[in-house]
Amino acid sequence: MRKLTFAALGLLVVLLAAACGSSTKKSSPGTTAAADSCTTGQLNLVKSGTLTVGTDNPAYPPWFGGNEKAPWKISDPRSGKGYESAVAYAVAKQLGFTRDQVAWKYTPFNNSFAPGKKAFDFDINQISFSPQRAKVVDFSDSYYDVNQAVVVNKGTKIASVTSKPGLKPYELGAQLGTTSYQFIKDKIQPSKQPSVFPSNAGAVQALKNKQIDGLVVDLPTAFYVSAAQVPNSKVLGQFPTQPGGEHFGMVFQKGNSLVTCVNKALATLRDNGTLQNLQQQWLAKATGAPILK
Amino acid sequence: MASEGDRRSDLEVAGRRSRLLAGLRLEGEGARGVAIALLSTVVFFTAVAVAVTQSPGWPEVQRTFFNWDDISSSFPDIARAFVLNVKIFLVAEVFILVLALAIAVIRSLPGPVFFPLRLLAIVYADLARGVPTILVVALLGFGAPALELSGVPSSRVFWATVGLILIYSGYVSEVYRSGIESVHPSQEAAARSLGLSRAQAMRRVILPQAIRRVIPPLLNDFIGLQKDTALVGTLGVIEAFNQSQIDANATFTYGAYLAAAALFVALTIPLARLTDWLIARDRRRRQATGVQG
Amino acid sequence: MTTALRLEGIHKSFGANEVLRGIDLEVGEHEVVCLIGASGSGKSTLLRCVNLLEPLNGGRVWLAGEEITRRDVNVNAVRRRIGIVFQAFNLFPHMTVLRNVTLAPRDALRLPREEAEARATELLGRFGLADKRDEYPDRLSGGQQQRVAIVRALAMQPELMLLDEVTSALDPELVAEVLSVIRELAEGGMTMLIATHEMSFAGDIANRVCFLDAGLILEEGPPEQIFTRPREPRTQQFLERIIAAGRL
Repeated sequence: MRKLTFAALGLLVVLLAAACGSSTKKSSPGTTAAADSCTTGQLNLVKSGTLTVGTDNPAYPPWFGGNEKAPWKISDPRSGKGYESAVAYAVAKQLGFTRDQVAWKYTPFNNSFAPGKKAFDFDINQISFSPQRAKVVDFSDSYYDVNQAVVVNKGTKIASVTSKPGLKPYELGAQLGTTSYQFIKDKIQPSKQPSVFPSNAGAVQALKNKQIDGLVVDLPTAFYVSAAQVPNSKVLGQFPTQPGGEHFGMVFQKGNSLVTCVNKALATLRDNGTLQNLQQQWLAKATGAPILK
Repeated sequence: MASEGDRRSDLEVAGRRSRLLAGLRLEGEGARGVAIALLSTVVFFTAVAVAVTQSPGWPEVQRTFFNWDDISSSFPDIARAFVLNVKIFLVAEVFILVLALAIAVIRSLPGPVFFPLRLLAIVYADLARGVPTILVVALLGFGAPALELSGVPSSRVFWATVGLILIYSGYVSEVYRSGIESVHPSQEAAARSLGLSRAQAMRRVILPQAIRRVIPPLLNDFIGLQKDTALVGTLGVIEAFNQSQIDANATFTYGAYLAAAALFVALTIPLARLTDWLIARDRRRRQATGVQG
Repeated sequence: MTTALRLEGIHKSFGANEVLRGIDLEVGEHEVVCLIGASGSGKSTLLRCVNLLEPLNGGRVWLAGEEITRRDVNVNAVRRRIGIVFQAFNLFPHMTVLRNVTLAPRDALRLPREEAEARATELLGRFGLADKRDEYPDRLSGGQQQRVAIVRALAMQPELMLLDEVTSALDPELVAEVLSVIRELAEGGMTMLIATHEMSFAGDIANRVCFLDAGLILEEGPPEQIFTRPREPRTQQFLERIIAAGRL
């Protein structure tokens, strides 16, 4: 009996000491470096001297290009080919980094917004901005304004649909982590329950198997899916840009001053036409889809 | 006729029972022990709570995981999606209990003539337990429809359920087998000696006892099954876990996961208490009758 | 008197251990034969061989003139004709007393429920267990359970009853009630083969006593001959040990 009491009291003392001993000041993650200094040497980086960029594996076209090179599958972010890879290197150059000073970190989608210290300086992975998400992480300004599109199998009933309401009776699918599911729910409002796939592979297989009638993804990805992943499919159409609509942004640790510097870089790239050129170069195919009203 | 002996043996039984009760009555020392245990538990958990909330990362963790708005706003959709999980495990469990029993009984068939069947049962149980469930669900959910054989259903829910049934029957058959083997051979001897056939003895004497004995591990597997119904989400179907992922990805917070977890736990607790009650009610029946083990 | 049971040359081994080394025995109709002998002498094994629970390594068994050790025999049908009661009662714990007794008559003999229950109730009543009909075995004393086990075997209306040390697991004060049941059966003309340690009881009801030693029937004869004038020295040694233990 006595032993039990002693043990409980002893434990209490130890725990209280630990609790009080730990820092009581409320520190927010990330330091607060001087906001207006974006010179290379003064950037807030996880590893000094290197710009660490996160993205998911496999790296899909047209966001990434080049041949696959271990450990990256399908494409290689280090190649500088593909829209997101090109933008990342362009931004890095603006910040004063050479190509060798850019390192790519495999970051599964779920890790990009997990709490705690991030292992990247920014993550670029077709992540859409939303005000809710911006409460948890910081987003850069847009590097691409997104249109949703839908991919279907040729020769199926859905393939003859020409308007957004025409999609209502069908079983649609989207990928987890994208805003496509929300788009389906809010803007298409189908009568059949849609599907949401944890990976691109599952979504593609379900479309091939005709277990879903159409796959809703952003327009450039739609072209990749129909060109390279699902034989005998096509991009049925795209949905007109909403005013103040969706855009992709890079994801940063909340409070990371680096985002200001990246935004400056993006502004420069926009003004001098680089962003436009890169879109022409890598996303040109993704413009010719009919518009579904 | 033997009333004298009856009266004496009734007294003997009553005596045994009152001795049991006396041991259960809390003496002074016992009550003190309970009070100290309670006190130290309260103290311990208070200390842990203090230690956690004083840690530097706590505000971020609290906002990410324990935000009440996140949890409550995502709850309705998740609860609706949970209905699918419930349907799947109710259907699957019925088939599992039957199929697993068949496998366990086949495994116990004696004699060289049944050797091929026994071997098949052994191989089945080994494979079913060895292969990761998620693989089987993916293989069946995407693979079976891809074969495009006529008459083969393409429903992902159907194939995921089939996958769960096949896998869990392997586990549960082993549970049944351990139950069957734990029934003392003298029970089978007594039943056979009365002229009952092997099948009759199995059905009336061995299985009823075997099953009662393995209710806890059966429930364990059942609870595991409830959680594995989430695997249908890997095929894109929206069930509770998938829905919680959708919400989590939309907000970059994890409150939705907590909401989903709460639902699963809410299901488990009543089942666990029901099982405890069943076991307690059955425990007295397992005593005496001269059966060892 | 016709032969209810005949054993010829029974051999039984468990692995390398030969437990029965050539048993020959005849039990006539309505006869009560008691098997006595030390533990390990093979009494239980012999009884389990008679109802074919143990496969034989050699020898043959005839039940009422029919050879039950032949290849094409219906073992279940044979066992319905032989009742056996074990030392450890082996009642089915998940069934009431009534169900324990009616299970085999209904499933094996295909008796309709009313008839099986009527038979069971009558038997239970005859042996003072009527009020235990709907109880589960764990509510019964050892003596009551063993009596139920006997009733369960009797419900099949066997030609022959085998009793394997049925009082050995009982508290001494409960032994008497079981013995009186057995006595009643014997007086009613049931053919019985009884393995027992209860020497005075054996002396009372047995027509014949067989002394089993090291897998063989060393000596057999009427009880007063075996107990008072045994021929074999080993029989004598065994009986002396029993007397010294105060059990004769």
